Amino acid sequence: MSDWVEACAAGDIDEEDVMRFDHGGRTFAIYRSPDDDYFATDGLCTHEKVHLADGLVMDDIIECPKHNGRFNYKTGAARGAPVCVNLATYPVKVEAGKVLIQIG
Amino acid sequence: MTATPSRRDYSLIGRDAQLAVETGLSAADWYHTDIPRKQMKELMQRSDGPAIRDTAIWLAALILSAAGGIWFWGSWWCVPFFFIYGVLYGSSTDSRWHECGHGTAFRTLWMNDAVYQLACFMIMRNPVTWRWSHTRHHTDTIIVGRDPEIAVMRPPDLLRVVLNFFGILDAWHAMTDMVRNAAGVISAAEKTFIPEQEQPKAIRVARIWLAIYIATIGLALYLHSWLPLMLIGLPRLYGAWHHVMTGLLQHGGLADNVIDHRLNSRTVLMNPVSRFIYWNMNYHVEHHMFPMVPYHALPRLHALIKHDLPAPTPSILAGYREMIPAFLRQLRNEDYFLKRELPPTARPYRDEFHNDAVAAAAE
Repeated sequence: MSDWVEACAAGDIDEEDVMRFDHGGRTFAIYRSPDDDYFATDGLCTHEKVHLADGLVMDDIIECPKHNGRFNYKTGAARGAPVCVNLATYPVKVEAGKVLIQIG
Repeated sequence: MTATPSRRDYSLIGRDAQLAVETGLSAADWYHTDIPRKQMKELMQRSDGPAIRDTAIWLAALILSAAGGIWFWGSWWCVPFFFIYGVLYGSSTDSRWHECGHGTAFRTLWMNDAVYQLACFMIMRNPVTWRWSHTRHHTDTIIVGRDPEIAVMRPPDLLRVVLNFFGILDAWHAMTDMVRNAAGVISAAEKTFIPEQEQPKAIRVARIWLAIYIATIGLALYLHSWLPLMLIGLPRLYGAWHHVMTGLLQHGGLADNVIDHRLNSRTVLMNPVSRFIYWNMNYHVEHHMFPMVPYHALPRLHALIKHDLPAPTPSILAGYREMIPAFLRQLRNEDYFLKRELPPTARPYRDEFHNDAVAAAAE
């Protein structure tokens, strides 16, 4: 059974930005899109395990801070070299001002 | 001027490559100056404006200097035009390839890709191979056996360095690599950093380029003139000097096998013309520490973190005044390097990683 886990307050993340969330020995990246929607992916780049939360969010893209590899954070799809492997994504909901992610 | 064989094994499939992986030097956690997220976001922001302006100036200057060279071909008046054209073709493409490869020059992806492909052709760097080699360069900067872009290995081969001011060895290797790739062969070293699914792209590009060079040589033969080759190909030789002059300063004479860019990279203050040609890559410590920051924001990044960095080298000349003696000393002691002194405001180097290197330098 998957659990919904509180990651942060909705206001903790600026629009078009990303934040790191560690839970249960794993690390995640929580995104707030320019449309004010929230998304979650694995926190480390699939290329070389760099924290994506230090990267740059542009529209629906997260760019890795180390090698500028790009993912669509809404789908996890790898969108530009040097990343070739997609990111895992996780369901997100906002309740009572809290961002919750469902960790499988 | 070639020295004795190195104790360092620079092969990407050799002893030191394996050692770097085993000891954790490869893919290590590098030092970063702390910058608040809000300021970092501002610095990382992409914009098309500066790069469109600079690219328009660059292309206009290329076209005008080429036109002047063609117009005055056959007289000495063509020399200054080809001097400018050569630097724009054979040197400024080094930084344009680099910045657009990072995807930071423009905000719009296709603009990055278009300038990247054009610059790669001019500088004779396969856009697939070099995208991946540069990825490795940022993962394992000046780590022996891992970094495929170490310009001056130890002990320094000074003859090779001098020849490359005229692009001679670089262009020769680029041409042989192009022909090999065009024949469908990816080398063992290339296979260590180019993913398998990307390798056919490297071969396809090599074949297109080979066709362009054959057409250019054919036109030169047909016209009984060097002019086509003065415009395509040869500028990589006669215009290479500026990018070699600036490129050697990036890491020359500094530490290897460390995981702090303040020890192995050099920031050099330069004149505005060189900075335009070089697209601000003179802020090289800053670029390596934060490769997401576009070239036009590097002066702002420098101002923000200079308290934590060694003092910048004040000029190109000053850089060579410290680098050349270091190269000469490395001919006798290849472990010697220039240790960058930190200001009192900086966080110190991590002794647990760097004490051995510092001790070796002092011997």
